[in-house]
Amino acid sequence: MDALVLQLLNGLDKGGAYALIALGLTLIFGTLGVVNFAHGALFMLGAFCAVAMKQLLTLSKLVKDESITFFDAFKEEPYLKIWFGDTGAIIIDYAVPISILLAIPVMLLIGLALERGLIRFFYKRTHAEQILVTFGMAIVLQEIVKAMFGANPVPMPPPEIFAGSADIGSFLGLGNSVVYPWWRLVYLGFAGIVIAGVFSFLQFTTFGMVVRAGMQDRETVGLLGIDIERRFTIVFGLAAVVSGLAGVMYTPIVPPDYHMGMDFLVLSFVVVVVGGMGSLTGAVAAGFLLGILQSFASMNEITSILPGIDQIIIFLVAVVILLVRPRGLMGRKGVMES
Amino acid sequence: MITATPRNDLLLMVFFAIAILTMPIWLSPIGAAYPDLLQRFAIYGIFAIGFNLLFGLTGYLSFGHAAFLGVGSYTAVWSFKLLSMSVVPAVLFGVITSGLFAVVIGYISLRRSGIYFSILTLAFAQMSYNLAYSVLTPITNGETGLQLAQEDPRVFDNLFGTAMESGSGIPPTNLFGLEMSGYSGFYFCAVLMIIGFYISMRITRSPFGMMLKAVKSNQNRMSYTGLNTRPYTLAAFVISGMYAGLAGSLLAVTDPLAGAERMQWTASGEVVLMTILGGVGTLMGPVIGAGVIKYFENIFSAFNDDALHEIFSFLPDVLQDGVVAVVGLFVGEGWHLTLGALFVIVVVFLPGGIMEGIGRLSRVFSQKKTIEPTVKTRAQPGE
Amino acid sequence: MTDNSNKKFHLSRRRLLTGAAAVGAGAAMFGGSPMGFVKGAWAANFRNDPGNNSFVKFGFNVPQTGAYADEGADELRAYYLAVKHLNGEGDGGMLTTMQPSSLKGNGILGKKVEYVTGDTQTKSDAARASAKRMIEKEGVTMFSGGSSSGVAVATQSLAQEMGVIFMCGLTHSNDTTGKDKRRYGFRHFFNAYMSGAALGPVLKDEMGTDRRAYHLTADYTWGWTQEESIKNTTEALGWETVNAVRTPVGAGDFSQYITPVLNSGADVLILNHYGKDMINSLTQAIQFGLRDKQVNGKNFEIVVPLFSRLMAQGAGENIKGILGTTNWNWSLQDAGSQAFVKSFGQEYGFPPSQAAHTCYVQTLLYANACEMAGTFYPPEVIKALEGFEFDGMGNGPTEYRAADHQCFKDVLVVRGNENPTTQFDLLNVVQQVPRAQVEYDPAIFGGDLGPYEV
Repeated sequence: MDALVLQLLNGLDKGGAYALIALGLTLIFGTLGVVNFAHGALFMLGAFCAVAMKQLLTLSKLVKDESITFFDAFKEEPYLKIWFGDTGAIIIDYAVPISILLAIPVMLLIGLALERGLIRFFYKRTHAEQILVTFGMAIVLQEIVKAMFGANPVPMPPPEIFAGSADIGSFLGLGNSVVYPWWRLVYLGFAGIVIAGVFSFLQFTTFGMVVRAGMQDRETVGLLGIDIERRFTIVFGLAAVVSGLAGVMYTPIVPPDYHMGMDFLVLSFVVVVVGGMGSLTGAVAAGFLLGILQSFASMNEITSILPGIDQIIIFLVAVVILLVRPRGLMGRKGVMES
Repeated sequence: MITATPRNDLLLMVFFAIAILTMPIWLSPIGAAYPDLLQRFAIYGIFAIGFNLLFGLTGYLSFGHAAFLGVGSYTAVWSFKLLSMSVVPAVLFGVITSGLFAVVIGYISLRRSGIYFSILTLAFAQMSYNLAYSVLTPITNGETGLQLAQEDPRVFDNLFGTAMESGSGIPPTNLFGLEMSGYSGFYFCAVLMIIGFYISMRITRSPFGMMLKAVKSNQNRMSYTGLNTRPYTLAAFVISGMYAGLAGSLLAVTDPLAGAERMQWTASGEVVLMTILGGVGTLMGPVIGAGVIKYFENIFSAFNDDALHEIFSFLPDVLQDGVVAVVGLFVGEGWHLTLGALFVIVVVFLPGGIMEGIGRLSRVFSQKKTIEPTVKTRAQPGE
Repeated sequence: MTDNSNKKFHLSRRRLLTGAAAVGAGAAMFGGSPMGFVKGAWAANFRNDPGNNSFVKFGFNVPQTGAYADEGADELRAYYLAVKHLNGEGDGGMLTTMQPSSLKGNGILGKKVEYVTGDTQTKSDAARASAKRMIEKEGVTMFSGGSSSGVAVATQSLAQEMGVIFMCGLTHSNDTTGKDKRRYGFRHFFNAYMSGAALGPVLKDEMGTDRRAYHLTADYTWGWTQEESIKNTTEALGWETVNAVRTPVGAGDFSQYITPVLNSGADVLILNHYGKDMINSLTQAIQFGLRDKQVNGKNFEIVVPLFSRLMAQGAGENIKGILGTTNWNWSLQDAGSQAFVKSFGQEYGFPPSQAAHTCYVQTLLYANACEMAGTFYPPEVIKALEGFEFDGMGNGPTEYRAADHQCFKDVLVVRGNENPTTQFDLLNVVQQVPRAQVEYDPAIFGGDLGPYEV
C-alpha cells in the first residue's frame, strides 16, 4: 500500500512535468499548425534561466586561496553575502523561485523572437520543413548554451526549507514510512497552477476565445477580420513561457545540462499524440496517464514478471492507444493527418 | 528540372555511376577520400534512397527507420558469427530479416496516417532500441555492440576449410576471398548503391510509383475511387525497410560490429534530415544530403585549434588568433552548431533542399546565354 | 589537405596478398602515389609507420559532444600537455618523475609528436568512424581516448583489426581487460573489480558486517560488471543483498526506483551509476531523505563505487560524506602527482581530473615503450609495455600486467568532502589501498588477447 501511494505520487510528479511540456507543444500544434522540434530546447532554456539567475546572484569576489600552492587558486565570496550578510544568503538560497521572475520575460522574448524571426515563415510549409528548421534551431540554441555553461550538469539545490521530505504518511494516516520530498510536492502544485492558469486564460478571456476558435477553424476566424497572425505570435510566446517555467522549477529535481531538451523532446511528442493532436485537455490527461503508468511499471513486482517493461511502457501504451483510438485520447478529426 | 525521358534517365544513371565510382579522386581535395568515410557515404546514401522511396513518394514520414538499420546490422553480424565470413549470406539475411520486420511494423503503423503514423514508427523503433540496449543483451551485446569473437562457430567456413589458421586473429569479412575493408569495401557498397539507385528510379517511374505519388497527393480521393491504398503503401514501406536493412548489413560488412545506438531515435531523425536537406522526392537529393551530414560529422568534428592555426598561418598573428577563435566555435566540439545552422539556412532559403539550389544554379546557367538581365532576379532566394 | 597522400595505402602483407588484384589496381589508379604504396608495404611492414618522417602522429579520440563533453575536454587538455612535455616544451611534468624512463624530451625516437583529434559522441559507431579516419586518413601510429567502456571495448577491437595500438582513457568495466581484452589495447585506469576489492575493508570498518544493501544499477554492461563486483565483495563481508534493480540509462528522474528503497528494509544504497545518471540518482536519493534515515537501528548510507570529481561537481552538496573510489585525485602528495598538477594548473588554471590523469599517463607510457623498443613497430612496442614496471606516475609502484594489459596500482577510497575549501576540493582520500589488496587472477574474467601480428 505504501509503495503504491509513493508510486502514485511519483507518477503525478512526472506527469506534471510531461503535461507542462506537452501543453505548450500542443498549443503551438493546435493554433499554429507547426511541428515544433525546438520545444525541448525551450524547456532547456527555461532551466538555464535559473542557472543564469543563480550565477547572477552568486557573482563573487575572488579571494586568493592560500591553501593551494602549486597554482593560483581562488575562493569565491558572493557580493550579495558581502553586502547584505544573512539577507544576501537567503536571497541566494531562493535562487530557483526568484528566477521565475527572470524566466517569464526572457522566455517571452525568446518565444516572440523565434516566431517573428523564423517560425512565421513556415506556417504554410510542409511538416518536414518545419521539422528540419526547428530541429536545426534546437541544435543551435543547445550549442550556444553549451558554449556558455559547459556540458556538465549544474547543481541547483532547492531553497533550504524545501530540501527535506514531507511526512505525508502520518498526515494521511499511513504511518511514517510514506515520505516525499517537499520540492516535488511544490513542483506538482506549481504544475497544477500553471495548467489551471493556461486553461482559464483560454476559457475566460476574449483573447483565449479567439485562439480556441482559431484552433477549431483558422480560416473562418481569419475571414471574420480578426488579426490571427498577431495572436499566433502571442500564443507562441505563451507556449515558450509555459515550457520555460516547467524547466525552471525542474532544476532541483534533475540538475540541468544543455542536452536535457533532447531527452524530453521525443517523450513530449508521444504525450501530445497520445492525448490527441490539438487537444489541450488530452495533452494534460496523457501526461499524467503516462507518468503514472511509467512509475507503476517500474515496480520490482512488475519488472520481475516482465523484465524491461519499465523501459518501453510509454511507447507500448502509445501504440495501444493509437490503435484503439485512432486520434489519441481526445484528438479531433483532420488535425495533422496529412 | 530535367524531364524524365528514358534517355535522360540513362544519362542520369551513367553520370551517377561515374560520380560515385570516382569519389576517391574528386573528394580527395576536401579531405574526404579515405575508405571509411567513402563507405559511409555509400551506405548512408542507400539508407536515404530507401527512406525517400517511402517519404518522398507516399508522404508517410517514418520516424523509426533506424530500427531496420539496426536489425540489418545485427542479422549480418550473426551471420558472420554463425555461418560464414562471406558477405553474401550476411547481406541477404540482413535484407530479408529487416524486410520481415518492416512487414510487421508497417502492417500495424500504416493503419494510421500523418503524425500518428510517425509516432507509431517512432514508438516501435524506441522500444527496439531500449530492449536491445538492456534486456536483449544476450542477442545484441547491449551497449558495447555485437562483436565477432575468435571462438565463433562460423559453420560454413569451417566446413569448407576456408577458415584462417589458428592464432592469426579473427578472419576478415570477404566477398569470395576479397577482403571487405578499405577501398574494396567501398567499391562493394558503391556498386550496391548504384543498383539501389537504379531500382529506386525504376520504381519512381513505374505505375506503382505513380500510384504512390497519388497516395501522397490525395489519399481520400484514392479511397473514394474504391481503391485500397494500404497494399501499395505497405509495399513501399517494406521496400524502404529493406533498403535500410541493406545499409545496416553493409555497415556490418565494412566494420563487423553492431551497436544499439544505430536504432536510437536520433539515428531515425538523421535519415529524415538527410532526405529533407538533400531534397525530398528527388532521386539524387537524399544521396547528397547523406554525404553532407556524414562529411560534417567526420571532418568538421576533427578540426582543433592547432589544425586551424595551421590553416590560417598565412594571416598575421593577431588576426590569426581572432579568426581561429571565431572559426573554432563552429568546428571541433562545435560542429553540431554548424550542422544546426546549416539546417536552418538551407530550409529557409532552399525549401526544396540542396537539389533545389542545384536546380536554381543550373537554371541560372542555362538562362545566362539567352536573357542575361533576368538572371539576377531569378537567383534571389524565395523568401 | 595534409601530406599523407603517400601513406594512404599502407597495407599489411596479408591484406595485400588477399586483396592485391582488385585493391591494388584501384589504389594505383586512384591513389595518386603508387610509390608510397610500394614502400609502405615492403619496407617496414606495418600500418602507419612514420618511416623517415620527422614527426609521429597520435590520435586523441574523446567525447566532444553529448553528456561527457566536459570530461572529453579535460582529457584533451591532458593530451595536449603530454605532447608538449614529450616534445620538450613546458616544465616536463611527469617526465621528470617517471621511473624508469627512457624519455628524453626530444619527441619520440627523435621524431616530434603531432596529434589529431576526433569526437566519439560516446557512441561506439561514431567512435569507430572517428578512429578509422585517424588511422586511414591521418596515419596515426597510436590512438587514445575514453569516457565509456562500451566505446573503449569497441575501439579496442578495431585497434586489433587495424594493427594500431589503442591506449584506453577512462574505462572502468571489467570487460575491457577481461572478456573483451585485446593485444593492441592497454588500460591504465582501474576497474570495477578493483573498486570492490578496495571498498570492501573500508565498508567493513565504517559500516560493520551486518548490513543490508540495495543496488540501483545502470542497465548496461558496465553497470552489470560493477554490480557483480561490489556484490561479491559485500556478500563476502557478510552483508545481505536485498535487491538489485536495473535502471534505464539516461532515465533522468529516478524517483520510481528510489521510493521502493524506502521501505525495503535495506540500510545501504549502492548506486552503480556514472556520469549524469549518478548525479541524478544521488541528488534524488538525498532529496528523498535517505541519508537522514535510520533503518535497523543504523544510519542509512549511500555508496557510489565509481566517483569522478568532474561529475561530482554536478551533484553539488549531495556528495558530502558519500564513499566511493577513484583512480587518482589531484590532492595526492607524491612527487609525480604534484608535478602533473602543477604543470596542468599553470597551463589551465584548475587542477586535472582523474580522466585527464590517466590519459596523460597513457600517452607517456606509450612514448616510453617506443623508446625502450627502439621502434614504432607495434608488436615490439606491445612487448615493451607488457610487464613494464614503473613508478612516479601518481599511483605508487605500478605494473602493466602482461596477461591482460591491466595496470595494477594503488586504488583510492574517497569520501565527499564535508567542508570543501574550493570548488575543486570535493573529495577527501580516506585510504590509499595498496596494490596487493586489489590484485586478482586474470583467468577469472576469461577472454583472449589475440595475436601480436595482424
